[in-house]
Amino acid sequence: MRHWLNSPATDTQVTHGQRLWLYVFAVIVMILLVTPTLIVIPMSFSDSQYLEFPPEVWSTRWYDNFFGSSEWMQAARTSFQTAFLTMIVATPIGVLAAYGLHSSRFAFVRLAFVLMITPMMVPLVLVAIGAFYAYVKLNLLYTITGLVLAHTVLALPLVVIVTGSALKGYDMSQEQAARSLGAPRWKAFLTVTLPQIRFAVVTSALLAFLTSFDEVVVAMFISGGDNPTLTRNMFNALRDQIDPTIAAISTIMILVTTVMMVLVQVFGQDKKH
Amino acid sequence: MSMQTAPLNAAGLRRDERLERLTLFGLSSPAILLILVVLVIPVGWLFYVSFIGANGQFSLENYERMISRRSYLRIFITTFQVSLLTTGLCILIGYPFAYFMSQLPSRFANLCLITVLLPFWTSLLVRTYAWLVLLQKQGLINNWAISLGLWDEPLKIVHNMTGTLIGMVHIMLPFLILPVYGAMKAIDRDYLKAAANLGASPRVAFWTVFFPLTAPGLFAGALMVFILCLGFFVTPAVLGGGKVIMVSMQIVSNIELFVNWGAASALGVVLLILTVAILWVASRFLNLDRMTGGGH
Amino acid sequence: MTNTATEALPISVQNITKTYGAVHALDDVSLEVKSGEFLTLLGPSGSGKTTLLMVLAGFTRPDCGSLKFGDREVIRTPPHLREVGMTFQSYALFPHMTVAGNVGYPLRLRKRPKAEIAERVERALETVQLGGYGNRRVDQLSGGQKQRVAVARAIVFEPRILLMDEPLSALDKKLRDQMQIELRHLHEKLGMTTVYVTHDQREALTMSDRIAVVNHGRIMQLSTPRDLYEHPANRFVADFIGDSTFLTVNRLGADVTFGGVPLIHAGPLPDTPELQLMIRPERIVLSSGGPREGANNFAATATDVVYQGDSFLLHARLDTGEMVALRGAVRGSNATSLPQLGDRVTLTLAPEDTVLIDGSQT
Repeated sequence: MRHWLNSPATDTQVTHGQRLWLYVFAVIVMILLVTPTLIVIPMSFSDSQYLEFPPEVWSTRWYDNFFGSSEWMQAARTSFQTAFLTMIVATPIGVLAAYGLHSSRFAFVRLAFVLMITPMMVPLVLVAIGAFYAYVKLNLLYTITGLVLAHTVLALPLVVIVTGSALKGYDMSQEQAARSLGAPRWKAFLTVTLPQIRFAVVTSALLAFLTSFDEVVVAMFISGGDNPTLTRNMFNALRDQIDPTIAAISTIMILVTTVMMVLVQVFGQDKKH
Repeated sequence: MSMQTAPLNAAGLRRDERLERLTLFGLSSPAILLILVVLVIPVGWLFYVSFIGANGQFSLENYERMISRRSYLRIFITTFQVSLLTTGLCILIGYPFAYFMSQLPSRFANLCLITVLLPFWTSLLVRTYAWLVLLQKQGLINNWAISLGLWDEPLKIVHNMTGTLIGMVHIMLPFLILPVYGAMKAIDRDYLKAAANLGASPRVAFWTVFFPLTAPGLFAGALMVFILCLGFFVTPAVLGGGKVIMVSMQIVSNIELFVNWGAASALGVVLLILTVAILWVASRFLNLDRMTGGGH
Repeated sequence: MTNTATEALPISVQNITKTYGAVHALDDVSLEVKSGEFLTLLGPSGSGKTTLLMVLAGFTRPDCGSLKFGDREVIRTPPHLREVGMTFQSYALFPHMTVAGNVGYPLRLRKRPKAEIAERVERALETVQLGGYGNRRVDQLSGGQKQRVAVARAIVFEPRILLMDEPLSALDKKLRDQMQIELRHLHEKLGMTTVYVTHDQREALTMSDRIAVVNHGRIMQLSTPRDLYEHPANRFVADFIGDSTFLTVNRLGADVTFGGVPLIHAGPLPDTPELQLMIRPERIVLSSGGPREGANNFAATATDVVYQGDSFLLHARLDTGEMVALRGAVRGSNATSLPQLGDRVTLTLAPEDTVLIDGSQT
């Protein structure tokens, strides 16, 4: 141990011992980063009303509460439906846009790109109340369609950026080769380019799904009535009182995120024969 | 060589070129259309509404209210306070942590990266809720601290500024760590060797060589954190307990409680202009294209 | 693969211009490629040779001009309908397909039956000496093998025109030399019209039926390799092909003089105001017995002698002041008697090696 403490950690000959404070600090930070996320999981199995840790009595009553409540189930259905639809709408639109901008020789490409990332730049509250007003006029308030459109707009910049950056690193001469061999541009894209930016596309789809699934502020305004989202109901519940059911819902949400990330790894990686 | 005849096929070729350009650009039209309809036009309309007074006529009263009413001024001050403090804390905690990660062999560094990305991918609401539970009077932190003898009475560390800051820092940290870590990884180790060779002590080498090279990444990360904090809603709303009122929360209550579209949109416009102004100033010093990976 | 010499198409390029802003990438270029010919576009970077190839392939749209494959006007035809085979500098093989997948791609696009595809793919691979490699993955191949797969893919659908964009530039010297000969044999066997782009003049000289030397978007000269080497039309071509020394000479009526002494030359003089004497280092000779009758002689002092194994390189300063380079073969007879630094030498140039060219730089 003493040997390690005295051995150099860097090219400038600073030893591990001199840096011990950094290592301790880093470990504390890591614990603080991860704990709040994970602590919800065991707490959701606590029988007590007061969410103790470690739980004295283990039970699944909060999960029963969640699955038994028609209100919560309605919200869950809305959230999953919206997130899924957002994913399948935003991903193709975003990938096409990224490809179009990447291959385009048009003068306004720069402007179009800036326009496409405005949803990331405009404060979310503003987007929310803007959509709220527009939807009242368009009769889209409290509808899944309205939610999907708004969430798609929020997800598009991510899809465009992730896919665009993958296209930048891609050798376009492969697409040219495919075209010289007889494939029209769209076919060359589908059979040659797309398989190779697959990881980026799948990641974009995941980002679109999660953007919608986790979204709170916009959903607060435009979801409700027959179609409230999970996040909207959770937020309202938080403002009133701390219902431990939320711990159960949180755990389920963490599970959903994890499953999606695993799916990205499965579908996104290149198949090795 | 001069042209003896009219340029062959020039008109047709020009037409083909124009068609191809339009088609390629047109691939991004669904996206552009959607953003225009759902975002640009409504926000444009809000801009217009902010100039309409209570009597339905053009007026600047919504903006005057922001300067004249003390409560509004306090909201702006609070917002800046929270944003600056959060950014500052993120830098103090995030920079050393990123440095630590950059010094690790890649397998361990990737492990640490996961601890940073895990909260990043988890729902914002879930994380905020977790802090609410941890920080309450009978929450984990208080219970453990009392049982360890750190303090006697449960501390009020939530439903106030402290709780808000803790939550915000936790949420914003990954946004700072990732760009800084990226900048650090990109530094050629030979620079530090050269500095040592030229006679710099480790401390001097760090401050005169390493730190300046990471400055762009740090600036980018801090900028992103600051801008996100300005417009943030969920965490201060939950952890602030009504005592920490940020601009975003005021906008929401203006609509939900008072249905005062004029006031709400004026606040929103100011927030938007602030964000754009800060980004514009920053773009003078920073290559934003690299950050977002966009443009040609 | 049948010999398709009768089916190969001629290419007619007429008045092709391509500008990017103020820059003329191609400046009113016209060119006829004969059916079944191996034509090389040779030039430095940025000369326009690749741009011209891309115009032929359809990836670069010129501002104006006409392009015909045989009788068919194709200038407005999109790349995927031009029916040309093409290889790229980076090979552009599809990494997510096997070798057979790559080579069979154009046939699948043309909806050929599976059995036919398998057979034609194997034949194409055999033609490039990679028979049986169908199941390999692209990342398992060496550079030379990737090159051959790219060629196989470009010829499998039996196009009548083949375009090649610097296919050998990424290979090491030995492999490059070998592949040059292989590609030449392939061309002779398949007989398709081939347009080849390179910046390596030696490669061009080795492989081509004719060479078009390109610079600043214009064709400097279009001739057979021998013609280009022996009778370059201007200074640029002369400079680009081979290493030569250029000496300014003076015109005196129907004669030329250098350093006051008239030069004996074979053939007519170019009809240009400025003239230069082009001396190929291997054509000028170290005279052992002093000035020779009936040839041009130059008195010089040796400034540098480099032994290069199979040859030696002599740099000498003429009495008139200019530097001349001379290359000679090292043989048993002269190996020990090479000139030393400072020795006086006589350089002799036979009349048929005394080449006078247009001295203006373009």
